[in-house]
Amino acid sequence: MVLNYHIEGGDFANAGTASSQIKKTLKQLSVPPVIIKRVVVALYEAEVNIVAHAYKGEIVVSIDPERIQMILDDEGPGIADISLAMQKGYSTASEEVRQMGFGAGMGLPNISENADSLNIQSKVGKGTKLEIIVKLS
Amino acid sequence: MTLKEIAGLTDAQILCGARKLNEAIDFCFASDLMSDVLTLKVSDVLLITGLVNIQSIRTAEMSDIPYILFVRNKEVTPDMIKLAEENDMLLMKSNYSMFKASGILFEAGLKGIF
Repeated sequence: MVLNYHIEGGDFANAGTASSQIKKTLKQLSVPPVIIKRVVVALYEAEVNIVAHAYKGEIVVSIDPERIQMILDDEGPGIADISLAMQKGYSTASEEVRQMGFGAGMGLPNISENADSLNIQSKVGKGTKLEIIVKLS
Repeated sequence: MTLKEIAGLTDAQILCGARKLNEAIDFCFASDLMSDVLTLKVSDVLLITGLVNIQSIRTAEMSDIPYILFVRNKEVTPDMIKLAEENDMLLMKSNYSMFKASGILFEAGLKGIF
């Protein structure tokens, strides 16, 4: 099963809509709640990152019996120093993002903690691509 | 402690999910930082927050948190209540500060997660 979502940068009112729909789908598929939580927390943080930092992005979630693969591909400023961005507490978020309860430099570490595998590719001035994998077995 | 007791102790107004008032919990987490809430490994907790916007409801949804107490009597919008109802949550709000609400509930026996 493959699910696709389009995300608009700056659309805070709808941030989390894709993650919410994935959560409902995983529940219908009877995925264990502990796994669902790991998937949606990682996905939600990544979705908020697109809304917070990028101009727009696409989310593709592939579900098979062994794993859930989430690819988040955005057009945006990119990340100049990925290892720095992975450090807890480091953030370039705007005041608007902080007012929404994010932007404390916990997003990427939270994603990493919930993922079995996290791969980040980024080009400054072009965008960022995340591949998040959570194993089902 | 039941949600009904929690509402009484914090003089809170129930905004939606009143049918859950007789449910009981042991743990509470208080934060305005949603990324911090998303680190919790447990659900079935009360979230006390002063962050009143749609992302506080979304964060609770992702974290399987069914009960939220908003402090400092901030305005909870109809779209927040609608999203909370869709996710079977109980929302309430109190005029107390986060410090005061947390202190009263801690003293009454509600436990912290960490």
